[in-house]
Amino acid sequence: MSAEEDKILTEVTENEYKYGFVTDIETETIPKGLNEDVIRLISKKKNEPDWLLENRLKAYRHWQTMKMPEWAYLDLPEIDFQDIIYYAAPRKQPKYQSLDEVDPELLDTFNKLGIPLEEQKHLAGVAVDAVMDSVSVKTTFRETLAEMGIIFCSFSEAVQEHPDLVKKYMGSVVPYTDNFYAALNSAVFSDGSFCYIPKGVRCPMELSTYFRINAANTGQFERTLIVADDDSYVSYLEGCTAPQRDENQLHAAIVEIVAHENAEVKYSTVQNWYPGDKNGKGGIYNFVTKRGICKGDNSKISWTQVETGSAITWKYPSCILKGDNTTGEFYSVAVTNNHQQADTGTKMIHIGKNSKSTIISKGISAGLSQNSYRGLVKVLKNASGVRNFTQCDSLLLGDTCGAHTFPYLEIDNETAIIEHEATTSKIGEDQIFYCNQRGIDTENAIGLIINGYAKEVLNKLPMEFAVEAQKLLQISLEGSVG
Amino acid sequence: MLKINNLHASIEGKEILKGISLEVKPGEVHAIMGPNGSGKSTLASVLAGRDLFDVTEGTVEFLDQDLLDMAPEDRARSGLFLGFQYPVEIPGVSMVNFMKTAVNEHRKHNNLDPLSASDFLKLMREKKEVVDITSNLTNRSVNEGFSGGEKKRNEIFQMAMLDPKMAILDETDSGLDIDALKIVAHGVNKLRTKENATIIITHYQRLLEYIVPDFVHILYKGKIVKSSGKELALELEEKGYDWIKEQ
Repeated sequence: MSAEEDKILTEVTENEYKYGFVTDIETETIPKGLNEDVIRLISKKKNEPDWLLENRLKAYRHWQTMKMPEWAYLDLPEIDFQDIIYYAAPRKQPKYQSLDEVDPELLDTFNKLGIPLEEQKHLAGVAVDAVMDSVSVKTTFRETLAEMGIIFCSFSEAVQEHPDLVKKYMGSVVPYTDNFYAALNSAVFSDGSFCYIPKGVRCPMELSTYFRINAANTGQFERTLIVADDDSYVSYLEGCTAPQRDENQLHAAIVEIVAHENAEVKYSTVQNWYPGDKNGKGGIYNFVTKRGICKGDNSKISWTQVETGSAITWKYPSCILKGDNTTGEFYSVAVTNNHQQADTGTKMIHIGKNSKSTIISKGISAGLSQNSYRGLVKVLKNASGVRNFTQCDSLLLGDTCGAHTFPYLEIDNETAIIEHEATTSKIGEDQIFYCNQRGIDTENAIGLIINGYAKEVLNKLPMEFAVEAQKLLQISLEGSVG
Repeated sequence: MLKINNLHASIEGKEILKGISLEVKPGEVHAIMGPNGSGKSTLASVLAGRDLFDVTEGTVEFLDQDLLDMAPEDRARSGLFLGFQYPVEIPGVSMVNFMKTAVNEHRKHNNLDPLSASDFLKLMREKKEVVDITSNLTNRSVNEGFSGGEKKRNEIFQMAMLDPKMAILDETDSGLDIDALKIVAHGVNKLRTKENATIIITHYQRLLEYIVPDFVHILYKGKIVKSSGKELALELEEKGYDWIKEQ
């Protein structure tokens, strides 16, 4: 690439994180470090039943026997797990009846993030369960949903109010033995969201949770559980931004989805946590275990993600296609810039007959970043008539970044039809010049080209998210746009 | 409108343009002809601002501005249009989105408000007729999956949309069958006014049967070796480029 374009690319890709600010809200924290007493304390603060405390302790004991996984294409820093605070809650504890009662500074934070709760109620028809530092602050639309039998609340509330459901499904998709971070989460999770759609109910609105990390040195261990009973449908949105910090922040979430017969769950994520500054200082370490099971026949789970944030991303939203004629989908755009590292992809485990999966992964790398796709397609012996289509594209901006693809195929049934396509391209200088010659400057040209490249995935997002995601792509790579 | 004076340009140290001078006035159509490798496309690229090339000497004035000092997008917004020999594909970017962005950048440059969606679509429908584009461009990405002829027609369509003061058409006739050639030529003629000017770069005389130039220049080894009226093209067709080389 020529010097001038290089210069512009450098300028636009060195854009610093726009959402870096810290909200000055008093938080109640417990001391740093992790041991059984800390876990007992967390459980006690949340007034949990004994079985849950037992689960936590089992997970903790198991975690102690495990090591951080090292197989990902990531340059992992040492993490001192004793140097992390495992619980923080906003000090003003009581639940609010209306927005007026909410700490105005907190509302202001949401406003800066473009998450006006009030407005969203009216405009988007989105019920928001906003999680700020581990404890749910505000839940909207609860009554409307409750009338249909839909449960949408914080995980802690679900533990109190729907213990049977939680006990039945929690850990059924991601057991605490699954991996190092899942074990850690199972031991120390603070809060998260719970969603249950009863038989035959189509959830009338997009359910949405905004996560936000806000207390310095606080690990965030969210837990989400979505259960869609027979013949039900729900679309769930998750989006997040975090304030700028110099200390690295650990995040190890678990998301579990259970889809019963004929049920469909659509899970969309826009992830924009603080990626660190352009020298690679700070930023969130994001180790997430997301998995869904299509338990009943004809069920469907669809993951869509736009990943632009975090210093390190380790994340493989997966589908276990257990029922016959089930469908798993994974649509992903992952952007890395500066010193960001991402190792992300999916696992499609075909157990049921005639199960289908689609994987569309679009990686965009800039700066000095490393962006890897890692995906597994596994077809079990008795799963006949399986189909998989995988398309895995990488786009490079400049020549100091890296894109990598690690596809794994384990096919034990010969009737399976598996397709894999992969491309790597650079943003062409000729494409940029073509735009320039039509009067479009280089920055906007890159924005156009990137959004065009990611379109197949952006199109899968719900409307209100698609616009936000487009903006995010431009902001992540461009600076002045958006 | 356009004054090129003793223009020299090179790529990676190799001089391609070796002192070109040319003046184009409003309302005029100039044809630049020459054998392969004579520097025709380089001239077009240098005028449009492609930075693969280094301008080592000379000046270019466009509408009383120093063209060489302007960024490519500013040259475009000021009314310089290049019809590409090989239009590039931009996957996933719809023609509508692309053209809307381009048109509104031009309008911003001229202190006009952006076009509303409905006005824009109206404009698009109108201009599509100029080059006989019937397909629904809204659903198609820029040049992606376009046939050779469609790509060239798409260039003229964009020219119609942007209404440039000065259009440079680089080998617009290459790869076109005779019907497509007529459509493209018809489009160019339709867009021709007393205020705008056109430079047609071509290897063959064929296109000039349909777009009649006021002047024909022959470019050879980086220099304009002969300039005359439209009859020069015919002479060239008859005698071939060897005739120039011998001189």
